[in-house]
Amino acid sequence: MSQRSTLRLMILGVLVLSLLGTLVSRLMYLQLLSGESYRAAAQSNTSREVVSPAVRGLIVDQVGRPLVSNRTSMVVTINRVTLEREADGGKRVIDRLAKALEIPAEQISDRLMTCGEEGAKPPPVCWNGSPYQPIPITSDVKPLTALEIMENRTEFPGVIARLDAIRIYPTPFNVNAAHILGYLGPVTEQQLDEQGKSKAFDRLRRTDVVGRSGLEAYYDTVLRGTPAVTTLEVDTGGRVTGTLDERPAMPGQYLVSTIDARLQSVVEKQLVDAVQRAQEQGYPGDSGAAVVIDVRNGHVLAMASYPTYDPTIWVGGVTKKQFEDLMSSDSLSSNAIQGLYAPGSTFKVVSTAAAGKEGLNLYGEYKCPNRLKLGSQIFRNFESAAYGKITLARALEVSCNTVFYGIADEFWIRGGGPDSTKASPDPIAEVARMFGLGSKTGIDLPGEATGRVSSRLFKGANWEAKKDVWCRNAVKGYPETRKTDPKLADYFTALDKENCADGFRWREGDALNAAIGQGDTAVTPLQLAMVYAAIANGGTVYEPQVVRGIMSPDGKVVEEVKPKVKSKVAVPKATIKFLQNTLPGVTTDGSGETPFEGFPLDQIPVASKTGSAQVTGNKVSTSWFAAYAPADKPRYAIVMMVTQGGTGSRTSGPSVRGIYEAIFGVTGQVVNPADSVFVGGAPRKDLPVVRPDGTPVSPQGKDSGMQVVEAGATG
Amino acid sequence: MSMFSVTDVMSRPKIPSRQRGAAYWRELDWVLVIASVLTAIFGSMLVWSASRSDMAAENDPQSYLKRHLLNIAIGIALGVLVSKVNYRSLLAYTPIIYGLSVFTLILPFLPGIGASVAGARAWVDLPGGFTLQPSEFAKIAVILMMASVLAEKQDSESEPRDREVLVSIGVAALPLLIILFQNDTGTVLILGSVVLSIIAVSGARTRWVVGLIGGAVVSIMLAVQLGLLKSYQVARLTSFINPHSDTGSTAWNANQARIAIGGGGMTGYGLFEGPQTQGSFVPVNESDFIFTVVGEELGFIGAMVLLILLGVILVRGILIALRADDLYGRLVATGVVAWLTFQMFENVGMSLGIMPITGIPLPFVSAGGTAMMACWVGIGLLENVRLHGRRTLR
Repeated sequence: MSQRSTLRLMILGVLVLSLLGTLVSRLMYLQLLSGESYRAAAQSNTSREVVSPAVRGLIVDQVGRPLVSNRTSMVVTINRVTLEREADGGKRVIDRLAKALEIPAEQISDRLMTCGEEGAKPPPVCWNGSPYQPIPITSDVKPLTALEIMENRTEFPGVIARLDAIRIYPTPFNVNAAHILGYLGPVTEQQLDEQGKSKAFDRLRRTDVVGRSGLEAYYDTVLRGTPAVTTLEVDTGGRVTGTLDERPAMPGQYLVSTIDARLQSVVEKQLVDAVQRAQEQGYPGDSGAAVVIDVRNGHVLAMASYPTYDPTIWVGGVTKKQFEDLMSSDSLSSNAIQGLYAPGSTFKVVSTAAAGKEGLNLYGEYKCPNRLKLGSQIFRNFESAAYGKITLARALEVSCNTVFYGIADEFWIRGGGPDSTKASPDPIAEVARMFGLGSKTGIDLPGEATGRVSSRLFKGANWEAKKDVWCRNAVKGYPETRKTDPKLADYFTALDKENCADGFRWREGDALNAAIGQGDTAVTPLQLAMVYAAIANGGTVYEPQVVRGIMSPDGKVVEEVKPKVKSKVAVPKATIKFLQNTLPGVTTDGSGETPFEGFPLDQIPVASKTGSAQVTGNKVSTSWFAAYAPADKPRYAIVMMVTQGGTGSRTSGPSVRGIYEAIFGVTGQVVNPADSVFVGGAPRKDLPVVRPDGTPVSPQGKDSGMQVVEAGATG
Repeated sequence: MSMFSVTDVMSRPKIPSRQRGAAYWRELDWVLVIASVLTAIFGSMLVWSASRSDMAAENDPQSYLKRHLLNIAIGIALGVLVSKVNYRSLLAYTPIIYGLSVFTLILPFLPGIGASVAGARAWVDLPGGFTLQPSEFAKIAVILMMASVLAEKQDSESEPRDREVLVSIGVAALPLLIILFQNDTGTVLILGSVVLSIIAVSGARTRWVVGLIGGAVVSIMLAVQLGLLKSYQVARLTSFINPHSDTGSTAWNANQARIAIGGGGMTGYGLFEGPQTQGSFVPVNESDFIFTVVGEELGFIGAMVLLILLGVILVRGILIALRADDLYGRLVATGVVAWLTFQMFENVGMSLGIMPITGIPLPFVSAGGTAMMACWVGIGLLENVRLHGRRTLR
């Protein structure tokens, strides 16, 4: 044999060994370096989850009346995958089902489209979940229809009728409370993204329904419970070969709200009355809000927003028209916690507190002319005429702007006047922040607005943020506007030139406006209510809370939510005392007098302050009325406001009176605690009882708020 | 005159039969035998595990394993027989073996007895539910035939002339073409590698070797370009490049195989415990994808043991080829080693995702009677070459 042969044989030998080596190194890579990820892949390959959601927890009011509850409903679902396997893509099945359900076939086919797919209607009409999950078409199907469908399975491939728990709103006393309770909706793509690749059994799944606003959203994880998850082992054909894991459902927990359904219904009605009062005066009165706070702990006893919507609209999905109407109506957001408004004269209590803190004489006399001239600008007294020299208390009673202009001017000059720096003191803004303005109240509801406090700091920051736009516009000169209105364009340009040049500067006029709650200051009605609650309780700003307890479905107390202090108003006690002593005078001898005429103020003194805030662009002022009572033993702070509603005393005042009458059981001059909207005359001290079977114990008879309630009646 | 004349045979020293038997057992390459037997036992365990879930519903869940063990027994018997056949008569019968083999290759095309599995028409139905895969024996026939052609007119120091090389290629081409028509791409690739190895080791001029490699590359490219390969063949050949491209059958298979092996880690899930294996996620894991079973259930350690056993078989084969005292013996041994090597590499490589997916078994391990028997015949041939060399050396 030739040497060439031997050499080539040796090469073959080397080739054999290197091929073996190749296999070994590849094996090492697969098994030793990336084994973990393949192990996970094998796991998800062989297991399938069967999920049935837990029953969602109830929300009850402070005495146990259910505000949100569940009932079972026959729901018809379609499995799209099965449907698409039909020869005609399921068209005939859809037509047949539409006929059985007595709905248009189009409604079914629209529902079967996955959101984002071409031609899909916007949510919630389209299906927001996985196309592999059964898609609910309609709820509350008649049992006979459901039976017909389930008995003709061959006629309806992929169609299943099943019992689902759906949300109901028992509406005791016809209460609405939509903005507090919130609503449910399909889980969003964003929520799914946020939880990442979680494999936890209680993770959110595409078919889950979650709270999308209000308490339903804020306490979603508490209310939702954990679903029953059975993990099955399957082979390639999807045949079940065993059970890997089984977890029973944990029903959602109950929320005990601080809201009293009966008071809430009174407040809602009074807010509508206030809006109507504004409209009767010829004002737009386009929106409003009302808040009732327990000043001793920050409990929100009632909170209403106008306009509102019907929360039941979301159950089982809304129609396209309903959805569009809702979106365009502004009724989805809560004005009480999301609306920002200039507080107007109701802010003067803050300026007064600042005056006390800075050592101004609270019992001295101040000039109250009907106007104040600053250079070319004239600052007028909006609500009042000239009163001459008056006390500060009187200035609050009659809401004299010019007195507070004087105080603000004093502070402005002390702060360095036009030469002030960032570090210069700004006492009014400082005290406003102590009262919790310009920051979130911390209420246990989502989407709360922060608000603004007009101040040197705010102006500086605002200038930093906007100067580029201002300076650009100052140069460009609004060419679009100029075409139609050259004068307006000139005005805008001049304004922007000024802003661009020294928009950061805290001018005297800014300081004056800030003192009477105008300018950049913007508050939510809830923030203002917390200010008055703090005055009432001696200077403690609580975090307002809507939930006072969490209970398990078998009646155990999971958590009693304790009041939380957000901040203390660090002004001298005497200053708060001064305000406490002065504000009842507003109701007896001041701007709050008219609405409380004939009210038994001798038995229940009411501290109050009106406000009629000017809003740029609106001809009609925002009507504010802030109060707390009893002034001598403060308990309930109320703030009501109506935008473009006129004066505080004429529009909002009478409704605040109405609410106090309901709280204290006032009829005419007679005070009868038994007539109070509160069972027992005041909010309950302890949590209501939930029976071991999950039924909350709530007041019976007329106190239940339900129209037809037969004792002992069972379904 | 051939060097293997009748007188040559007659002139051998006569050894008493008992003594001759003792010499046979003593001179056998025991390392090769033991490695092969251990591999087969190891393989039986894997076949058992792979077939367990599929056979659970049958009357006798072990029936598949029993048939596998029977195949091994028949294979070993055939191997012993082949190792004992007179070296010269092997040469003499080669044309007959070759002719028979080519004839049986046509059988799968005949209606009634031919059977098609996974697109390849490579099986013949036998009575009693058995099937025969003629292409397995065709490998042996080609090895023997090529070796005899290339070694025929050789004195030990000269190379085969072009004419002989050409004839040997022709001899290989006929069965190769038939197998190609059977759509048995995997066997074609292996047989091609065997042909190349034999011609290279025969000492043929380098241009033959280079030309053959070039020809193979060009014809594969042409086949793909001109659409001569069916789409599923192209899919099989390309899915290993991008296994995540679709979850359709081919790439899915490759992906599942990799999940199984990757999941095994260092020690594996334990025999009968692999989720991919027991859930039948990996297709045909008792033959084509059997390596996934060892990878998943016995892990890296188990897979290494199997690869080392196979490596020992191959290295012993190379040594036998090196020590062979004539070109015929060397070429037969070379052919067997090349066949087993490329078949192993292709089979394990496709499970590991570095080779295209083709339907060929892992030598000594996979279920499948014909393939198992062919492997043992291969061992028999290697032993035969060794024993022949020893005898003449003495």
